[in-house]
Amino acid sequence: MLNKIYDWVDERLDITPLWRDIADHEVPEHVNPAHHFSAFVYCFGGLTFFITVIQILSGMFLTMYYVPDIKNAWESVYYLQNEVAYGQIVRGMHHWGASLVLVMLFLHTLRVFFQGAYKKPRELNWIVGVLIFFVMLGLGFTGYLLPWDMKALFATKVGLQIAEATPFIGSYVKVLLAGHEHIVGAQTLTRFFAIHVFFLPGALLGLMGAHFIMIRKQGISGPL
Amino acid sequence: MHRGKGMKFVGDSRVLAPSVRKKMISKDYSEYPGKTEAFWPNFLLKEWMIGAVFLVGFLCLTVAHPAPLERIADPTDTGYIPLPDWYFLFLYQLLKYSYASGPYTVVGAMIMPGLAFGGLLLAPFLDRGTERRAMKRPLATAFMLLAIASIVFLTWQSVSTHDWAQAERQGKIVAKVDIDKASAGYKVASANTCITCHGDNLSGGPGAPALIGTGLSADEVAKIAKEGKGGKMPPGIFKGTDEELKTLSEFIAGLGK
Repeated sequence: MLNKIYDWVDERLDITPLWRDIADHEVPEHVNPAHHFSAFVYCFGGLTFFITVIQILSGMFLTMYYVPDIKNAWESVYYLQNEVAYGQIVRGMHHWGASLVLVMLFLHTLRVFFQGAYKKPRELNWIVGVLIFFVMLGLGFTGYLLPWDMKALFATKVGLQIAEATPFIGSYVKVLLAGHEHIVGAQTLTRFFAIHVFFLPGALLGLMGAHFIMIRKQGISGPL
Repeated sequence: MHRGKGMKFVGDSRVLAPSVRKKMISKDYSEYPGKTEAFWPNFLLKEWMIGAVFLVGFLCLTVAHPAPLERIADPTDTGYIPLPDWYFLFLYQLLKYSYASGPYTVVGAMIMPGLAFGGLLLAPFLDRGTERRAMKRPLATAFMLLAIASIVFLTWQSVSTHDWAQAERQGKIVAKVDIDKASAGYKVASANTCITCHGDNLSGGPGAPALIGTGLSADEVAKIAKEGKGGKMPPGIFKGTDEELKTLSEFIAGLGK
């Protein structure tokens, strides 16, 4: 049955090459922890991707309750945390996942760095990877404000002061992020929400796509 | 290699041209440890097992430690000591040193992190030798170890100098209680400067906990009012009569019950 559906689609769209590019390749011995236990360092990238998927899914469920508004943001998070069935688990996954994804990303970066895997011909993929790191830090910074509790508000104020210290364009960057020269308020919350939910995830998906296409194109770097 | 301009790829896991590719058949288990393995489905299954183990541990974490939530943001509370999430602590700590803050904020906020992250971004163009082993490219390795050591040190400095007990107190969610400010108990509290530290609504301040829902008995409250508590609240704050002390302690003990 499944084969028939596959054949029906393949006959019309020729999807076999696509499938082959994604799945049909060999995994070299030196990256396989089943052969060399030390190869577990190659798991960090995959786990980063796994947690990113968890972040996207749990985030989608959080937006079913969350309201990006200074009156209701905190109330909605409180309700989600204390009243909604499994709300505490979903929010917990998103909260702890944000920390874990950065830990895994850091370990993955160190693996690639200390193995010199960023050298020719993989320079472009390294740059895309570092950009993914920056986007993740941006997601962490913008997501921290959204519960609109005390630590969120005051940490964001500090963050915006740091952004303001940028030479020449500092004040413009601050207004772009906060929506006002002085007030960190309703406008800031909606902007951070939009950045956290639309702008940065969009950039992240594009960069991850580029990252994976380049890996498939170039393969994994050889053993040391 | 078989394609392109002859670029050499080591450990080739690229997708090969149809003319040179062999059909991917996973090796017989008797060949263990075979050199390579088919990604689909053998290796992917192992990856999923790693993922499943990870997911179980992750879910245990979320059950054991619910995500924290402090009280609703109050921009008028100027006594609140801010703290970013832990992965920004090293940047935050850097801004506390005298040559990285005040008139030198640009140094701490832009130049130093800019150099570090710029170096990371451009690593392939700064470290251009063909040698891959960490020991054979001492400069790159040394700079990365220095960066890791700095991040660890700054984070540790930030964590060890932060007053975590106060941080927990200042963010605590306090149940909203309508306090009768005309009551005798509140007047005594006001006259004895309780509200200077514990707040007009007795909901706590930067240096003092909330007095609502303390769970203490009237006698315990009376004892703290006279003798102080934990070094932060000095003894002898209460200066009224025994009658007033009774009114006060019963008032405080009754809040948020």
